[in-house]
Amino acid sequence: MTERIPLAIAQMHPHLGDLERNVALHEKLIQEAERGGARLVLFPELSLTGYFLKDLVPAVALKVSDPRLDWLRAKSRDLAIVVGFVEESADFRYYNAAMYLEGGKVRHVHRKVYLPTYGIFDEQRYFAQGDRIAAFDSGFGRMALLICEDMWHPALPYLAVLDGAQVLLAVSNSPGRGLTADGRFANAIGWHHLNRTYAQLFTCALVFAHRVGYEDGACFWGASEVLGPDGTALAQAPPLEEALLFATIDCDAIRRERLANPLLRDERPDLTLRTLRRILGETIP
Amino acid sequence: MNTGALPLTLDYAVTAQVLTAFIEDEVRKSSFGRVVVGLSGGVDSSTSAALAAKALGPGNVWGLLLPYRESSQESREHAALAVRWLGINSETIDISPMIDAYFAREPEADRVRRGNKMARERMTILYDYSAKLRALVLGTSNKTELLLGYGTLYGDMASALNPLGDLYKTHVRGLARHLGVPAVIVEKAPSADLWVGQTDEAELGFTYEDLDRLLFHMVDLRYDTAALLAAGFDERFVRAVAERVRGSQYKRRPPVIAKVSRRTIDRDFRYPRDWGL
Repeated sequence: MTERIPLAIAQMHPHLGDLERNVALHEKLIQEAERGGARLVLFPELSLTGYFLKDLVPAVALKVSDPRLDWLRAKSRDLAIVVGFVEESADFRYYNAAMYLEGGKVRHVHRKVYLPTYGIFDEQRYFAQGDRIAAFDSGFGRMALLICEDMWHPALPYLAVLDGAQVLLAVSNSPGRGLTADGRFANAIGWHHLNRTYAQLFTCALVFAHRVGYEDGACFWGASEVLGPDGTALAQAPPLEEALLFATIDCDAIRRERLANPLLRDERPDLTLRTLRRILGETIP
Repeated sequence: MNTGALPLTLDYAVTAQVLTAFIEDEVRKSSFGRVVVGLSGGVDSSTSAALAAKALGPGNVWGLLLPYRESSQESREHAALAVRWLGINSETIDISPMIDAYFAREPEADRVRRGNKMARERMTILYDYSAKLRALVLGTSNKTELLLGYGTLYGDMASALNPLGDLYKTHVRGLARHLGVPAVIVEKAPSADLWVGQTDEAELGFTYEDLDRLLFHMVDLRYDTAALLAAGFDERFVRAVAERVRGSQYKRRPPVIAKVSRRTIDRDFRYPRDWGL
């Protein structure tokens, strides 16, 4: 693992359903992030397409090998990049996915597991469910990539850190629900708490890459942030406006935090597994 | 109960920021660049216009005063006051000739029919000005009105974008005070001004304060009837409002389409409103 991860979050406003314009926007922001010293730049969920796509999903979908992503692969020789996109599989399923590119190739693709289909959301109507969570090795150490609603199911970040992730990359598109008297949306307050809780409980660095802008009147509220392994904020982007947020994760802080609070060392996945089997009604082999 | 969402309190500075940016974003995406809004002299249209003036600059906002000869003098004065206060463009078009020409052949029409016709007459002018000025029609219906169906379908309910449709009347008043809408407009009794002496609360039979508290629990917090009664709401009030919400559902939906093809608009042909914008 490298000592430090100088990163940037592009808190941007994609054009809904317009790949071409979004590619241009990504190129510009990647350049700015690079000029600012970032070695890793993260874009939010579905950054190449926008969120409330509905029947536009197949029209903006890309295979991971699509030549329209060649520039991105090439650019990842200069710095690592995380983007959100609609992935078309060989058997024509469409996934809400995010990819981690580094060293000229796609190092990891995560397909969103939990597709919210309630309230303002209708993802399962349009997307296939991902069925895998795995940490992956990057040039900066072991990481995991989660997409929005995945973070609201603690089993996924839990599995990711047990799988060795020291940095959780959470990319999101959260439409504001329930504006409150304190000036934040109720779900923004929820995110604020769970980001800190996960970073602290899992003693990992956490990068929350969120977007801004409006789609069909829904407001994406921004406030991207980077948290250290004790749950304190290293950097926070403003709410409701575009920003390029720079932060540096100190990897030794993760080691020190895990030394002081060896929560992961003391974790009992065997007990978790046994109990899950009991709850699910299966016999222990 | 969601304590983070105290029923009728909001941070109005942030609310204004969210709604202003919404108008700016939606208008920019449409390539129109300005808005046109019908000004009644009431708190809703004054607040909508104020948000648009903040978002686009007063020079890109057109406020149309569209009085009928029986419209109250006070309404006209308050609409003119809103125009002066905001420094927006304005024009006054008397709709009496059009309304009177039509009702000359429908002399038995009651005041509801006449009021609805006036609201739709204003709508046709706003949409003509939309084309004339390349300006989007800015909506002024609040969530209380929309839920109760207290508006004229294809009349005052018609717009291209509506910054107020997810705010209860109580919120609109709070936002208006925050924005500095003149107090005479904010504090007067709300009226659709469809006939002389009309007030919303007399016509609805309930105060906005009571309605908003009930609707917030019913709609936003999803209290069912049993929970509403347990929370102390009067049963007749709950049933009357629930029935109004149900009975006006058609006003909140596009016209119903008979489904015969493989793919019906809005049922399985679903694209975002902001498609390609």
